[in-house]
Amino acid sequence: MLSDALKAKFDKIIARYPLKRSAIVPLLMFAQDEIGYVSDEAIEEIARRVEVRPIEVIEDIGYYSMLHRQPLGKYNIQVCTNVSCLLRGGEEILEHCSKKLGIGHKQTTPDGLFSLEEVECLGACCGAPAMQVNYDFYENLTPQKIDALIEKLRSDGAKKSP
Amino acid sequence: MSDYENYAKGSPLEVKVISKRFGIPNSASIDVYLQHDGYKALQKALGMKPDDVINEVKNSGLRGRGGAGFNAGMKWSFVPKQSSKPKYVVCNADESEPGTCKDRPLMEYDPHQLIEGILIAGYAIQSQQGFIYIRGEYRYLMEIVDRAIEEAYARGYLGKNILGSGFNFDLCTHTGAGAYECGEETALLNSLEGLRGYPRVKPPFPAVVGLYGGPTIINNVETLSNVPHIILNGAEWYAKLGTPKNGGTRLFCLSGCIARPGVYELPMGFPLRRMIEEVGGGVLGGKKLKGVIPGGSSCPVLTADEIDVAMDYDSVAKAGSMLGSGGVVVLDEDTCMVKVAQRIAKFYAHESCGWCVPCREGTAWLKNLLTRFHSGAGVEDDVDTGLDVALNILGKTLCPLGDAAAMPAISIFKKFRHEFEEHLRLGRCPYEKRTVSVA
Ligand SMILES: Cc1cc2nc3c(=O)[nH]c(=O)nc-3n(C[C@H](O)[C@H](O)[C@H](O)COP(=O)(O)O)c2cc1C
Ligand code: FES
Repeated sequence: MLSDALKAKFDKIIARYPLKRSAIVPLLMFAQDEIGYVSDEAIEEIARRVEVRPIEVIEDIGYYSMLHRQPLGKYNIQVCTNVSCLLRGGEEILEHCSKKLGIGHKQTTPDGLFSLEEVECLGACCGAPAMQVNYDFYENLTPQKIDALIEKLRSDGAKKSP
Repeated sequence: MSDYENYAKGSPLEVKVISKRFGIPNSASIDVYLQHDGYKALQKALGMKPDDVINEVKNSGLRGRGGAGFNAGMKWSFVPKQSSKPKYVVCNADESEPGTCKDRPLMEYDPHQLIEGILIAGYAIQSQQGFIYIRGEYRYLMEIVDRAIEEAYARGYLGKNILGSGFNFDLCTHTGAGAYECGEETALLNSLEGLRGYPRVKPPFPAVVGLYGGPTIINNVETLSNVPHIILNGAEWYAKLGTPKNGGTRLFCLSGCIARPGVYELPMGFPLRRMIEEVGGGVLGGKKLKGVIPGGSSCPVLTADEIDVAMDYDSVAKAGSMLGSGGVVVLDEDTCMVKVAQRIAKFYAHESCGWCVPCREGTAWLKNLLTRFHSGAGVEDDVDTGLDVALNILGKTLCPLGDAAAMPAISIFKKFRHEFEEHLRLGRCPYEKRTVSVA
């Protein structure tokens, strides 16, 4: 079930555009933020609200790399290995995360806490090597900083889950 | 949030126009903005004729900061005066060109400067609505800009009858969801209309047929952030900051093997050599320079012998590359150029939208060839085959993403052929893998 707060947000966003279908991608992003992925129910609801067929919403999902149909880890670690980061050790950071978590690109830990992704330039090139955990940026990374962060997220994650 | 130090480290050589409010506490709030000349340019513009605003921007020599470098005022002048369909202003905040991270501090530390620039653009072309298309990864920035937009509505700088002038303008943000191609202006328009981000055939150009079929100007965040300063201080003042036909300053993102990476505002035409040596503190660890990507990953690489160039659009073009998006990536002597070519090719293959064949097939071929080559399984013909593939992408695609993939590859195949030969001779990469280097 989508929350009432989310539905209210949907209404507000749709009202901004001269054409309702313009809201598809923003609505998908906000639905995903709440549910953790894009569910069938979210697709139906969005299609109904912007007055398109569900298949048109699904077409968009396939195009955009941030939208996904399966849950990811609670913390999705996205390591940039593009050129500015590459030159400052982005690949080492990715490998370090991979070893530390025991998962590879686009995989999730069995406890559902972490997933890992090698990503393209995040717009943090002057703080390379850089990564994002969900929407938060982490820059000037070192293997030590990664270790400390993962420990912290592990304990935060354990605390908050029911 | 970003680490302020990475984006506004500061250098005495900087000339601060659009970054002058960076570092002031709460610089993103409307009160602080108003204390520092905020919305004065809008007031001034609303007292001018729309055409005079366009001419002022045209004469300032402000060129698009998103990559192509087209004169902004000229672009605005292509918008028809009479239109049966509404006109739109779209701000391109998709910032995804590898090596580029300058729109980020502009939105984080001075969102009202951007809003004011958009308002003035809207008034100039007589539009009543604007959109800021922000890449999906920049969620925290969207929240900052949303807050600023709310403040501007509350104080009467957005909405109906702005400052009692009779001018109405609505503005909102729009999140992307991860697609480099959506930074290309016509793909962006499709994306904003709720479609897949495939490019449109030009002409018609967006200034004539754009968003929802109406005349639309699309400008980069940095381009629009400059507009209030031009209106307030005049075209002549702005033009004089730079070089002929290249007005103003530019945010340069110094990254890669450089001692002091950061975003620096320097006059247009600032010498590249001094940028690296004096502003950026030289190559990291005192290493030797091998080359520079002068304007984001889609630009041809300059070798260490080619860096005596003034950083403006025309001079860099004369040197065989592009000023592009302002992303200056420094490559040191330990950099494997085959690896750099491979990583860049991998990016474009990933980001090709697949709409046209030369780009979809060509970028995949380049990536596969370079990946195999770097792994040690290259054969002698590979360099010529790679060059041939790249040359068959160049100029043959619907949108410039194909060129963006081809140009860096061609420059590396040609200028660093000896590195390919060295890989072949050894049957492996002669360079050590990059590890984390702390400045
Ligand atoms: C593949 C591709 C990606 C682009 N990405 C961006 C981008 O992220 N931001 C941007 O401002 N311009 C980008 N551009 C350039 C835009 O198409 C367009 O030229 C620009 O937004 C115009 O604004 P300006 O004249 O102010 O630079 C891209 C172009 C291409 C071909
Ligand atoms: S290259 Fe890694 S953030 Fe830009």
